[in-house]
Amino acid sequence: MAPALRRTPFFDCHVAAGARLIDFGGWEMPVQYTGIQQEHRAVRAGVGLFDVSHMGEVFVRGPGAQAAINHMTSNDLARVGVGASQYSAILNPRGGIVDDVFVYRLGDQEYLICVNASNRDKDFAWLSEHNPSPDAEFVDEGADWAQLALQGPQGVAVTQALTGAPVSDLPRGGIVRADFGGVQDCLLARTGYTGEDGFEVFIPQAQAAPVWDQVMDAGGAHGIVPVGLGARDTLRLEVKNVLYGNDISDDTTPYEARLGWITKLDKGDFIGREALVAQRTAGVPRFLTALVVDKRIGRPHNRILSGETPIGEITSGTRSPSLGTNIALGYVARGHGRPGTPLQVDVRGKLASATVVKPPFYTRAT
Amino acid sequence: MSNPRNLKYTEEHEWLLVEGDVVTIGVTWHAQDQLGDVVFVDLPEVDADFAAGDVIGEVESVKAVSEIYTPVSGAVVEVNEELDGAEDLVNQDPYGDGWMVKIKLDHPGELEALMSAEAYEAFCEGGE
Repeated sequence: MAPALRRTPFFDCHVAAGARLIDFGGWEMPVQYTGIQQEHRAVRAGVGLFDVSHMGEVFVRGPGAQAAINHMTSNDLARVGVGASQYSAILNPRGGIVDDVFVYRLGDQEYLICVNASNRDKDFAWLSEHNPSPDAEFVDEGADWAQLALQGPQGVAVTQALTGAPVSDLPRGGIVRADFGGVQDCLLARTGYTGEDGFEVFIPQAQAAPVWDQVMDAGGAHGIVPVGLGARDTLRLEVKNVLYGNDISDDTTPYEARLGWITKLDKGDFIGREALVAQRTAGVPRFLTALVVDKRIGRPHNRILSGETPIGEITSGTRSPSLGTNIALGYVARGHGRPGTPLQVDVRGKLASATVVKPPFYTRAT
Repeated sequence: MSNPRNLKYTEEHEWLLVEGDVVTIGVTWHAQDQLGDVVFVDLPEVDADFAAGDVIGEVESVKAVSEIYTPVSGAVVEVNEELDGAEDLVNQDPYGDGWMVKIKLDHPGELEALMSAEAYEAFCEGGE
């Protein structure tokens, strides 16, 4: 018999709100409440509340913390001051991506690495095994933290209504320790996955459950709605945020995934650096490319063709609720990725025309 | 929503309206509820011939793709072109404007295998 699905502290809130629950990587999570497109639009227009407690939290402490993390990730943590953060990737020796992560600096010698739900155990095992420093302690605190995200043009205002700290003044990417919804010692980070402004809030697990209703009450005047994983995916894809397992994996390098901007070869040695230098020298063979597909929706593993030649595969695809078009990401062989290039996608045996576009698909000005 | 009593139903969560020897086929309220927001409907060509049980198209939502079957043999006489660009009709009005295909029956006897509304509701409650 399969083990029971894991539940976050907000499970009863989802049930009470009429959520449709699904198995998401072993977690019983809301995929939607009223409908994916409706929830998506509510985030872009106002504010949405997401339960993202299934994500993991690895704390790193000690005088060797920064160097240890820098040894195992692609971006340069030396650039991050206390109260700031950066997007980064944990790499394997082949230059492939073990996980994409956010690294927050909480103190001189204290960091929080937020990891994908699907990679919690894998990442902690990897970081522990490859930690080069006796002066850096890695602790898996995933079981100790719940997490909510407030995203949308009203996301900051709603967050501000729930804390005494002046979070409206926090720059994008900043993080502070503060009260939230009546709970002390939360971590409020002005980061997110949806392309909107707003906050991701880490709440001590044992006290988290009542916070959901606090947030819904405070957000009522701003039109807040609960938002499920279905809309989380359409929101992130519109702004070309990658999804581990779809767009990036152990077998894709940051250069292939167009994450060269979080890859700092000049910071010193790190796991995967040698492989990345070699790939850059030899020429990157494929690139994660943004496509708009006519009529049909490209789905993961659908072949991409140039004329009759297969040149790649879709990794993510959906109907964009904001744009009304079918958007997709896929790996395309070098030389075919210029915006405007006409391609075709084989969707379950039928060919759909597609065009390479310059990402992101959606920006707030549109 | 209760399922209209004048329609027939299948275990694939489709309904049929029988008018003489032409049937109209669509998906049920339960089907659209399970699918979520419908974004694309792939319909057959007019005059295409099918046997009972054949896949005749697909209905796609943001998260899933489902096949559309015909429970009856016959040729397609009309498809609902209005759905192109208004796929949400399947969600909003699954038994009316969300209809998908009309087929001219080769063997009216095939209708006997279909369920009444009451039988379909019992089928749904039993869990599929």
